[in-house]
Amino acid sequence: MSIPGPQDITRHELPNGITVLVRENHSSPSVVISGYLPVGAYDERSEQAGLAFFTASALMRGTAHRTFEQIYEEMESVGASVGVSGGTHTTGFGTKSLVEDLPLALDILADVLRHPTFPHDGVEKLRGEILTDLEERAHDTRRMASLAFYELAYPQEHPYSRSLLGYTETVNGLRRDDLVRFYAGGYGPQGMVVVLVGAVRTADALAQVEAAFGDWEGHTYERVPLPEAPRITEVRERTTSISGKTQSDIVLGYPGPPRAAPDFLHARVCNTILGVFGLMGRLGDNVRDAQGLAYYSFSRVAGGPGPGPWHVVAGVNPVNVEPAITGIRAEIRRICEEPVSEEELEDNKAFITGSLPLRLETNEGVARAILDMERYSLGLDYLQRYANLIGTITAGQVQAVAQRWLDPDAYALSIAGPPAP
Amino acid sequence: MNKINGFINTQLSNGLTVLIKETHTAPVASFWVWYRVGSRNEHTGITGISHWVEHMLFKGTQMFPKGAAEKAIAREGGTFNGMTWYDFTTYFATLPAARIELALRIEADRMANALFDPDEVTAERTVIISERQGAENDPEFLLTEEVMGAAFRVHPYGNDTVGHMCDLETMTRDQLYMHYDTYYTPGNAFAIAVGDFEADEMLRAINQHFGSTSDGPDIPPINAYEPPQRGERRVVVEEQGHVAYLQMVFRAPTVHEPDFFALTALDAALTGASGLTFSGGGLTNKSSRLYKALVETELATIVSGTLIPTVDPFVYGLSATVRAGHTLAEVEEALEAELARVVAEPVAQEELDKAIKQAKAQFAYSSESVTGQAMWIGFSEIFADYIWFENYIANLSAVTVEDVQRVAQKHLQRSNRTVGWYVPQGT
Repeated sequence: MSIPGPQDITRHELPNGITVLVRENHSSPSVVISGYLPVGAYDERSEQAGLAFFTASALMRGTAHRTFEQIYEEMESVGASVGVSGGTHTTGFGTKSLVEDLPLALDILADVLRHPTFPHDGVEKLRGEILTDLEERAHDTRRMASLAFYELAYPQEHPYSRSLLGYTETVNGLRRDDLVRFYAGGYGPQGMVVVLVGAVRTADALAQVEAAFGDWEGHTYERVPLPEAPRITEVRERTTSISGKTQSDIVLGYPGPPRAAPDFLHARVCNTILGVFGLMGRLGDNVRDAQGLAYYSFSRVAGGPGPGPWHVVAGVNPVNVEPAITGIRAEIRRICEEPVSEEELEDNKAFITGSLPLRLETNEGVARAILDMERYSLGLDYLQRYANLIGTITAGQVQAVAQRWLDPDAYALSIAGPPAP
Repeated sequence: MNKINGFINTQLSNGLTVLIKETHTAPVASFWVWYRVGSRNEHTGITGISHWVEHMLFKGTQMFPKGAAEKAIAREGGTFNGMTWYDFTTYFATLPAARIELALRIEADRMANALFDPDEVTAERTVIISERQGAENDPEFLLTEEVMGAAFRVHPYGNDTVGHMCDLETMTRDQLYMHYDTYYTPGNAFAIAVGDFEADEMLRAINQHFGSTSDGPDIPPINAYEPPQRGERRVVVEEQGHVAYLQMVFRAPTVHEPDFFALTALDAALTGASGLTFSGGGLTNKSSRLYKALVETELATIVSGTLIPTVDPFVYGLSATVRAGHTLAEVEEALEAELARVVAEPVAQEELDKAIKQAKAQFAYSSESVTGQAMWIGFSEIFADYIWFENYIANLSAVTVEDVQRVAQKHLQRSNRTVGWYVPQGT
């Protein structure tokens, strides 16, 4: 099977603003749907942190046509799944089912997105689940280190600085009416994207989506541009003490390049060298392997619609926190100050392009790739151009992107672990 | 040699079993070597040794010095990893199909030629200890370790695969090497290839790479069996935190006993569809009995069940996260009431039909990935044989509501269970 591209992806826009993309794959009798609505935590006020996540999760609690129990009974009875999840810029949704159950999956998806009723007791049950999860988070070193990192790396008014799930106080303060209002103000077809991949004929898929969503009317939020996320010019450090723990988690990083930034792919190559390639790149070699300090030490460049983080994550024994940070900073300094060798660059580029067939093996993988093409306006031929885009990146570009976004002496650093003895 | 529909099942002259499945849905291939060794083969003093040996197989051979194998795989666009479990240790690589022979070279080499450099053993000791400490940060790991330790007094299934800290601090390079030398032999292993290749060609390549490795001595027998349980066992973990967790495990039949599929159906009714692997996963379970009884009633926020196929008899496990404002006692009481109900009354035929349809869907989904298929074939070969999953639906379909009630009555008894409470000590 060839790399998905214009020859086998069909893109269709509905009059109410929905974009539908379909790719057939008849190798197994299943279908996935993956998509998003342009509504999320971006559109909530900071004193209502968690509202977008709560609202999206509450869609599944009941609709005009089905109770919560009926939704899950119908889906689980056929081994299918449907889910909606509130993110920062968007609210994602997806289904997975046998092809014979696609009409049911689409019907339920349309029902929860278009006709939620936010039943009072369902909202309260969900609130209890979120609050319990927040209690678990308060004792989870990895999650607490991450939470504080975002607060350090982004200005207070930036939506990235606050938790998607919210905080105990804000979640307790949200009323059912807040959810209803948030839904009514921002859930609509304009800007919605739906991708279907699997054992379905394109014409059938398009007709089914149009039948499910073609007559949807609804509002979307007007968005002001994101506040600036300025480059960090000093060390911002915070330690969160959590007693009873045996390991500390470290997050060190920066606001990073948006996916649409011209140097994003340079950053992807740079990050692969730094903390992905093989067993976690140079960070794995230095911090995990040579020094034996950590079970994991890797880096990620988020690259979403905004300046998502470029950061390093490591889990270490509390006595090894300082040596691990020294090792992480040394690798950041090296990638900023020294050009990578041709051999290392070629290895990493080969990995990034060569792993494409693996990422496209499943329907989910293909759907994810198509969704990205649409979301970031990459073009339907993007995967076919990908090897060339990566192949032409130079060592100079890798060093330049490191210098632009990383700094071994100015960063946000969050550590969560047991109190110092 | 059996060859049916592009599926080869054969054995090389050195004892290595080879399973090959041709599938042309995507231009990728997955290659695995499974060794019949895991924490089941360990005892006090060397707990965690199988897992540590697995780590050492990433630390170099003469042909592939440390780091060279994963870099070679990555250069070809592949993924590469290892896993250790109670009953097995396995290594796999998934690559663009044209490059799969690289994985054969690496696995054949490290079956016999891993170096176990003393300096690397020393460095890896802290990595392994760090892995254990990371796990200890998770309240549910701490609780599981106590519950399993209580449920198995004699059999090594009572030890977590990662091993006890005292053993991780003291095990020697020679002990590790001896373990490797004993268990990493063709006769104690099998190789699996699934993907976009010609099966005969793959067999020829496997023979070329593995055929000259000589088999080793007989594997030490495992004589441990768990004595009968003579009453309920209870453990309590008191640690920092705000959230309480409940676990309840029942001694369970093996896959070779007729009750296993009835228990599988019972588990589906109680906690939803199984992920059909050793690592959990699967679908949502919000229409299951225990979700309705524990989560919909707002006593708990999560409930799950696990019935994992193993070589020796294992446990059927239930676990719940207690919702803030409620107590372990309330959750346990509600759980007991639901268990009493499946003991007293048969489940509905619709609940069995649902379990069958869920399993069919999961098989369809899994066929999209060569890695997933190879994992299923290998996993089932460990505790039964590679066709176990092929007969799964038929076996599940043969279960009746009377069977389900009978296994509930037989296995869900108080005297057959171990109960664990994680009691958070608020700060």
